[in-house]
Amino acid sequence: MQQTFLLTVLTFLPVAGTFALLLLRSDDHLWIRRLALVTAVAEFLMSLLLLRGFQAGTTGYQFEEFRAWIPQPPIHYHLGVDGLSLFLVLLTTLLTPLSILASWKSIDQRVKGFFISLLVLETGVIGVFVSLDLFLFFLFWEVMLIPMYFLIGIWGHERRIYAALKFVLYTMFGSILMLVAILWLYRITATAGYPTFDVAQIQMMLSNGTLTMPLRTEMLLFGAFFLAFAIKVPLFPLHTWLPDAHTEAPTAGSVMLAGVLLKMGTYGMLRFCLPLFPEASRRFAPEIAVLAILGIVYGALVAMVQVDLKRLVAYSSVSHLGFVVLGIFAFHAVSIQGAVYQMLSHGISTGALFLGVGMLYDRRHTHLIKEFGGLATPMPVIAALYLFACFASAGLPMLNGFVGEFLILAGTFQKHAAWASWAALGIIFSAVYLLWSYQRVFFGSTTGDKNGALPDADGRERGILFLMAAVILWMGIGSVFITRRTELATQTVLQLMQRPRAYDAGGSHQIDHPAIAPSGANSAASGGVANLVKAK
Amino acid sequence: MLVMFLAPLVPKARHAALSTISLVGAALALVATRFPALYPGSAYSGLVRADAFSLFVHFIVIGVAFLAILGSTSYLKREDLDAGEFCALILFATAGMGVMAGAQELLTAFIGLEMSSIASYILASYKRDAPKSNEAAMKYFLLGSFATAFFLYGIALTYGGTGTTHLDLMGQAGPQASATLLKMGLGLIFVGLAFKVAAAPFQLWTPDVYEGAPAPVTAMLSTGPKAAAFALTLRIVASVDAAGPLWFWALWAAAVMSMFAGNLGALVQTNLKRMLAYSSVAHAGYILVALAAAAATDHPEAGIAAALFYLVTYALVKLGAFLILAQLGGAGERHLEIEDFTGLARRQPVMAACLSLFLLSLLGLPVAAGFLGKFYVFNAALESNLIWLAILLALNSVIGAYYYLRVIVVMYMREPSEEIVAEPVPWTLSVVLWITAAGTIYVGLFPARVIDFAAKAALSMR
Repeated sequence: MQQTFLLTVLTFLPVAGTFALLLLRSDDHLWIRRLALVTAVAEFLMSLLLLRGFQAGTTGYQFEEFRAWIPQPPIHYHLGVDGLSLFLVLLTTLLTPLSILASWKSIDQRVKGFFISLLVLETGVIGVFVSLDLFLFFLFWEVMLIPMYFLIGIWGHERRIYAALKFVLYTMFGSILMLVAILWLYRITATAGYPTFDVAQIQMMLSNGTLTMPLRTEMLLFGAFFLAFAIKVPLFPLHTWLPDAHTEAPTAGSVMLAGVLLKMGTYGMLRFCLPLFPEASRRFAPEIAVLAILGIVYGALVAMVQVDLKRLVAYSSVSHLGFVVLGIFAFHAVSIQGAVYQMLSHGISTGALFLGVGMLYDRRHTHLIKEFGGLATPMPVIAALYLFACFASAGLPMLNGFVGEFLILAGTFQKHAAWASWAALGIIFSAVYLLWSYQRVFFGSTTGDKNGALPDADGRERGILFLMAAVILWMGIGSVFITRRTELATQTVLQLMQRPRAYDAGGSHQIDHPAIAPSGANSAASGGVANLVKAK
Repeated sequence: MLVMFLAPLVPKARHAALSTISLVGAALALVATRFPALYPGSAYSGLVRADAFSLFVHFIVIGVAFLAILGSTSYLKREDLDAGEFCALILFATAGMGVMAGAQELLTAFIGLEMSSIASYILASYKRDAPKSNEAAMKYFLLGSFATAFFLYGIALTYGGTGTTHLDLMGQAGPQASATLLKMGLGLIFVGLAFKVAAAPFQLWTPDVYEGAPAPVTAMLSTGPKAAAFALTLRIVASVDAAGPLWFWALWAAAVMSMFAGNLGALVQTNLKRMLAYSSVAHAGYILVALAAAAATDHPEAGIAAALFYLVTYALVKLGAFLILAQLGGAGERHLEIEDFTGLARRQPVMAACLSLFLLSLLGLPVAAGFLGKFYVFNAALESNLIWLAILLALNSVIGAYYYLRVIVVMYMREPSEEIVAEPVPWTLSVVLWITAAGTIYVGLFPARVIDFAAKAALSMR
């Protein structure tokens, strides 16, 4: 296997950047910004290597790294990517430099700390996406809380402290129960004679029947994992931290939060909930789907009545992420494919919206819609590109949002027509709230003296917005480039949900039960095991 | 055997320069703990035992003594207190703790307990002219003597029940032994020990004493004696078969009560020192979870190892945190309200960063050692099927998050309102902070060595 250090480098390069930042003088703002940007861009270029080396036609994890770490209990440093995580890593490395650029001027207090937090956050998020060891995953999952806490709490707006604390407490509540569940799962593997925290190995043991668990245990474990992820997504009714955190965070914080942090939740569902606890997933699917649809409709309706532009975009996230959860729990290859796509496209289009809102805020220091009006006249470039992002978010064909939502609805419709019909309401509503707010902010005659004199985008801002627009367009037209690479991974998820035998409530242990799982599932997990053997 | 190593360390002279000698002594003792490892076994007709377990605890208590002495030199100078006596008392207490850790016989353990307690009482009142310090010492002394009396009475009863005070023999006491007396005795011993580790419902003294005692003393009190008392508890759980099942529910209840009493109490505190005192109670509860896990099974190794590991992470962090308070409190420890820390990140970024690291470790966020400590406790609890206890522990961690984060909010997210003059950080304290902070991160990332040692220690008790 070549390039075996790529993932480690990708994960820890931002941290290396922060060490370099620490050496700079705190008042040397220009060089701090430059160095942070260089680190983030270098990181992005590195992640392109990942894309180049990724082989679309193979199942299982690629770029795997496997090293012993803690002997007792056996925890390994195990990294790898597959179709699910590949583009999420790329999304992270793309949004980070853009966030840094977006904060170039607006952050002028404690600049060093800000960029350090942003880079540490990047490490945490990438770590979450590439870890294949439950312990390691949890470690990154928690580490990422601290920089986000500081980003919201120090550089946020008026009610920042409240928002930051709420964000952390919500997340911690979910994640600490997940930790208990992780350890419980470990105990189950230990009782079966193969103690491990390795996701790939647990998946394989579950799918070939080496490891079984009683249904009750499975449901409890599923519940603990799902709660942590649902808080992160956030699924209705656990979403109440999100509008506060989004609204109070600085632009870069909102972009990272909406762009990638929320995806950690849906990624977790795909990576852990479905493959590890398939029966529980199936049983809870109807309830979860109802919550997802409620989230879609509720998020859209609440977004419609917001007077604060940033809060509006925040609620639109609740609505859009509802689609992702619905797609995942429809258990259809197409809908899951759509969910993965929607995760990416939501990151881009909502990221673009937040960047646009941030630019307005930099000029007027307010998010209130009524303060704006007729901005298209003084700033045509921002107006045009913001409209583009709105269209993308509303799911206009040819743009990225359409692909994901269409696939989700198409897949869901084949299994549960009613779910899809209700969810489709969300698309209509999203067009309403986005375009209505757009009209109030940008169209009409220019209101107020302040608005008339606003400068249009400068070179930096144009660069950010054009880049986002280009990605939006590319993801709308060239979607095959991405789906070709995510396809096998989504099928693997579904295959891993098959179990060799029907469940009996007792869950008897059958160690030597012959593997009759689909070959795809076996080969998917065998990557990790091959490595296990090699490590020994 | 270890007493021999520790005895010459109690200096008799009273001179400030002696703190250096004490440091060298403590360092030598730290090195000396290596020797018994070469000759494991019992000494003094089975009164004390040198095994990996006692070794582990010795490392903790002597390390704590070393860091506490080093970190308090500047404090003593500022408060114009005599360093010679101070060091002597700390070393005396440490010798007592060493005895407790190695004791294989209850009366020897009692002597160790008394040695450390009496020295602690004096230390708590070390600022003679400060009323708070005196109040603390008085409370500590009165309640402490009560607890010791309980402990002693418990020994008497167990002796009456089994005819021996040796822990090994007690475990094998024959049919002539009176089970009732043994049970009553063990119950009283438990009360005595619960007091020493500040476990609820015997925790009431903790906030007052920790707040009133001089901060470096609190640093020592909240770590060393606690470790030694936990060690003794573990020793009894592991060697007296009757203790496990009998104590299990007591440990369970004490763990739950301590967690809630500590965390809920800490929520409403406005004084940082007092808040950390309540958090000590909560952490005693977390360690008790590991003990309950050890008591619940026939294979207590995981629980014991988890408790030992937790003690290391906890000692590093609490020591560092209280020593920072000693420095930042300023003359007479005036500035210890949480509000006084407003904007600390601007005034003293390094101190704020260290304190944040320690608080995050207490909160149990990864990279800091506290996370792994909690991780192992969870693991031990689940191994013994104590799922509810694990869930209660999880909930308590979230409650804890609120008050620890509140301090970080104040330090980082508010602008400094009034200028409190920042005193320069003396090099001795810097060294201690670097050691504790680096230790916290090192153990948090590469726990293999410590946990291996802890596992070995747990095995050696069988």
